[in-house]
Amino acid sequence: MNKENIKAHKFGMVIDLDKCTGCGSCMVSCMSENNVPFKEDESNKKDSITWMRVYKLTNGKSFPDTEIVYLPRPCQHCGGKGDHGHSPCVSVCPATATDYGYDTGIVSQIYTRCFGCRYCMGACPYHARYFNWWDPKWPEGMEKYLSPNVSPRMRGVVEKCSFCYHRYQAARDKAYYDGREDIEENEYQTACTTACPAGAIVFGDLNNPAHRVHEIVKPDPHPASNNPNVVGKSRNPNVFRLLERLGTNPKVYYLSEREWVRKAGDNYLEGEWDKIKNHHGSESHG
Amino acid sequence: MKVDRRSFLGLGLGAVAGFSVSPVLLKLTDDSSIWTQNWPWTPVPVDGEVMYESSVCSLCPGSCGISIRKIDDRPVKIEGLTEYPINDGGACLHGISGLQYLYDPSRVKTPLKKNGDKFEEISWEEAVSLVSGKLADIRNAGTPEKLACITDKNTGSVSGLFKRLLKTFGSPNFYIMPSLESYLELTAASLHGKGTTIGFDLDNSDFILSFGAGIIEGWGSPVACFKANASRKERGATLCQIEPRLSNTAANADRWVPVKPGTEADLALGMCAVILKNNLFNAAAAAGFKGGFNKLTALLQNDYPLSKISEITGIKEADIEDIATQFAKAKMPVAVFGKGRGDGSQSLKELVAVHTLNCLVGNINKEGGAFVQPVKEYLEFPEETMDDIADKGFAQAKLSLYVHDLFDKVNASSQPVVEALLVYQSNPCYSLHDTKAVKQAFGKIPFVVSFSSFMDETAKEADIILPVHTFIERLEDIPSGAGLSKAVVGLSKPVVKPVFNTKHPGDILILIAKAMDGSVAQSFEWETFDECLETAAGDTWGDLSENGYVILSEGVPKIPHEIDISFLSKAPDSVQPTGDGDLLLIPIDNMRLPSAAQAASPFAVKTVSDEELKGKDTVVEINPKTAKGLKNYDRVTLTTPVGTAKVMIHLSEGIMPGLVGMAKGLGHSFDNKYVSNKGVNINELIGPVIESGSGLDAAFGIKAKISKA
Repeated sequence: MNKENIKAHKFGMVIDLDKCTGCGSCMVSCMSENNVPFKEDESNKKDSITWMRVYKLTNGKSFPDTEIVYLPRPCQHCGGKGDHGHSPCVSVCPATATDYGYDTGIVSQIYTRCFGCRYCMGACPYHARYFNWWDPKWPEGMEKYLSPNVSPRMRGVVEKCSFCYHRYQAARDKAYYDGREDIEENEYQTACTTACPAGAIVFGDLNNPAHRVHEIVKPDPHPASNNPNVVGKSRNPNVFRLLERLGTNPKVYYLSEREWVRKAGDNYLEGEWDKIKNHHGSESHG
Repeated sequence: MKVDRRSFLGLGLGAVAGFSVSPVLLKLTDDSSIWTQNWPWTPVPVDGEVMYESSVCSLCPGSCGISIRKIDDRPVKIEGLTEYPINDGGACLHGISGLQYLYDPSRVKTPLKKNGDKFEEISWEEAVSLVSGKLADIRNAGTPEKLACITDKNTGSVSGLFKRLLKTFGSPNFYIMPSLESYLELTAASLHGKGTTIGFDLDNSDFILSFGAGIIEGWGSPVACFKANASRKERGATLCQIEPRLSNTAANADRWVPVKPGTEADLALGMCAVILKNNLFNAAAAAGFKGGFNKLTALLQNDYPLSKISEITGIKEADIEDIATQFAKAKMPVAVFGKGRGDGSQSLKELVAVHTLNCLVGNINKEGGAFVQPVKEYLEFPEETMDDIADKGFAQAKLSLYVHDLFDKVNASSQPVVEALLVYQSNPCYSLHDTKAVKQAFGKIPFVVSFSSFMDETAKEADIILPVHTFIERLEDIPSGAGLSKAVVGLSKPVVKPVFNTKHPGDILILIAKAMDGSVAQSFEWETFDECLETAAGDTWGDLSENGYVILSEGVPKIPHEIDISFLSKAPDSVQPTGDGDLLLIPIDNMRLPSAAQAASPFAVKTVSDEELKGKDTVVEINPKTAKGLKNYDRVTLTTPVGTAKVMIHLSEGIMPGLVGMAKGLGHSFDNKYVSNKGVNINELIGPVIESGSGLDAAFGIKAKISKA
């Protein structure tokens, strides 16, 4: 590890699913912050561009034992196997249009480099990437509300959540201007985090023990005992990641006190969950 | 040099190899992607200086503080305002989408006059003289009471000016659309006396018993409720949700108790009976009850035995007893009411019955309980000048108590009982039950003036449309309400120059009044609305304009209150749904779809689940037990006594068998393809049911049938 990496950030978030109300503020705040377009029919969710999408999960039980939980899903900003930066999408991009930021842990997307092969969409296990099948169109005059911080995309490119990277850039610029070496926790917060009226999303640096996200997640710096590909597993028994055993090492963690919700973070064979669940949530395995 | 076959191939292969290792290929791919993507029609937002301005959102009664990010003079993002006393930084999806309303394709861009079935553009001068001329005719004919007005609320300076216009004109016919605040004031009037309202201290309560109140469905002040719900999880406070469907609130609650729709009042009274029987009530509080405490006790003991209530409500006796006991024994319990968002139809019996639970356990004006206090007034208009016509007209009886009844009266009479109607910030042709009948009444009113920013369903029925600024283009005082435990008045400020040829509603009223004579003109002596607000706000204005808000009351009210239970002692009837279908259609309130005056934004519609809207079809929710072989997305015809609609099916284990749940807020019919012509407006399928004793439209649903299309 060289000197630069010691200071590297690893931005991530933890979402409290027990607090999430499914209200949709995060989705809309994201759309408004990132100039996400809209079209006449958005009810086909497969072509509806939602960098942040809120899924509805149920426990599958019949009335009146049914339960519902909402699961907001931004880009998971995977660190890839062993957390070495080989995210599933980054590994397959032939145009280097998506890249892993070793200083931030953020997976970028450079629209003008993307030529729309959509390999990354196929590689992403979280359906976090969206393809622009059409040119974006705003009703007359509405393009006046577009933010200059994020370029509007065009037909033929893939887009996805950037953890509001422009907000990181702005915070970094300000710190530099003020003569500070680094940014404060509250200076860089994503649009979904600040919008959430329930305070269900906590965002920060997973490498910084003083940050709330680190306090909640308590990431294990060592590879998991039974799966060396998994790094940064939470030591909080109520915290889990989606499809954790794949070793994609997402930087988005989820928190729930309900066991069925934690179990919903992956697909398990019958009886498998009972064997592997332990005090560390859904223990990953090879 | 001789080029033979060998050297030709060699050179060729060398060229290919050289080309492949050179960066040219990569560069060409890169360039081709860049140059095939730089289309002139892809907008390039202009950069500039970043500024933040604070204001208050008035899209719903929540009254949240907002911060608007601007690039030079261009607003680009709305966010919650930190440290604002209501929402402290939080924001809901509608407020965040606020800028979309500014450039909404259905905005009315200039005053319009109906000519046949088309609108034609007119100037502001012509519009004002047309309206004031028509109103003067009505007044000169000696029938000023035939002018009616509908707005969204009773409070605030704009509604105050509408009221003032009507009073000085000589009409008592000022109406407001139903809202949670209006129901809170009605409930408070019944139990605690007129002029009072109720707030709920959800932030501190340790046991919230909610009778269908959609605490995270947009009930009350939505962001404040989201925050209270999140803090409930941290404080370990219990939420018990009583409603027939697994709403988001029910899913988020500690306990969900499905109840047969329309039996909530009986359940609340049954719980009162348990509390009385087991001596769990607060004797000191009950000692102060007026209106026949013994009579009510006897009535409850006789008419509301557990076995009977269990049968009516479909809830086990043990559960009713358990919840009532937990509620009464909690340290700071509070019972909340107002089904769904709290602005739809409600039964006064149910509201009063639930609030009686609060009265019985003695949590009125206690921390974590229900706060009862007078409606806070902060405006003082100069006294109106009243001439003879005004005095005589204003002294007449109101045509009806509530707005839905007004339209019934219009439809029932062969003579025009209303000659002119002013509609502001409300959309009765969309949001009242049986919209067809409401539209018919609009057709019978000779002169309808709509003060609207959008060509909505009601504006379409108007004769004149006077386009008003949207909430981010105008100055206005925004008083809170909607069940908050504190009273705050905020100041909404213009953060952008008006996009179209619109005016401030207050300024329009001043112009109209000035164009008339007599007491009307004399009572509107301000030059502009800004001047009017500044003088009416008086001492409050300084803080209001400087801080952007003033807290009018906060914390536990230290004032006495009275409790009069005579309404319940008369044993009012519960309303029954009309029709003879084997199913019951009920509305579903959902945070992502507003259902009142303001339609959804394109962003909000984008977030709507495909279990509620698919393409152009409303998707209704039924239990698989009710489905009888129907599958997801099967098309069916839904028939009620009021209307029929083609809808799709979604099977859900979260709804009680026998019910059909349909989202409110769909089926708009105006010119905005991102929002309109999507699904069915449920109000076209449900008709009003008038509650005896209160006169309210208390229809909680309607009997329905479904048949495969």
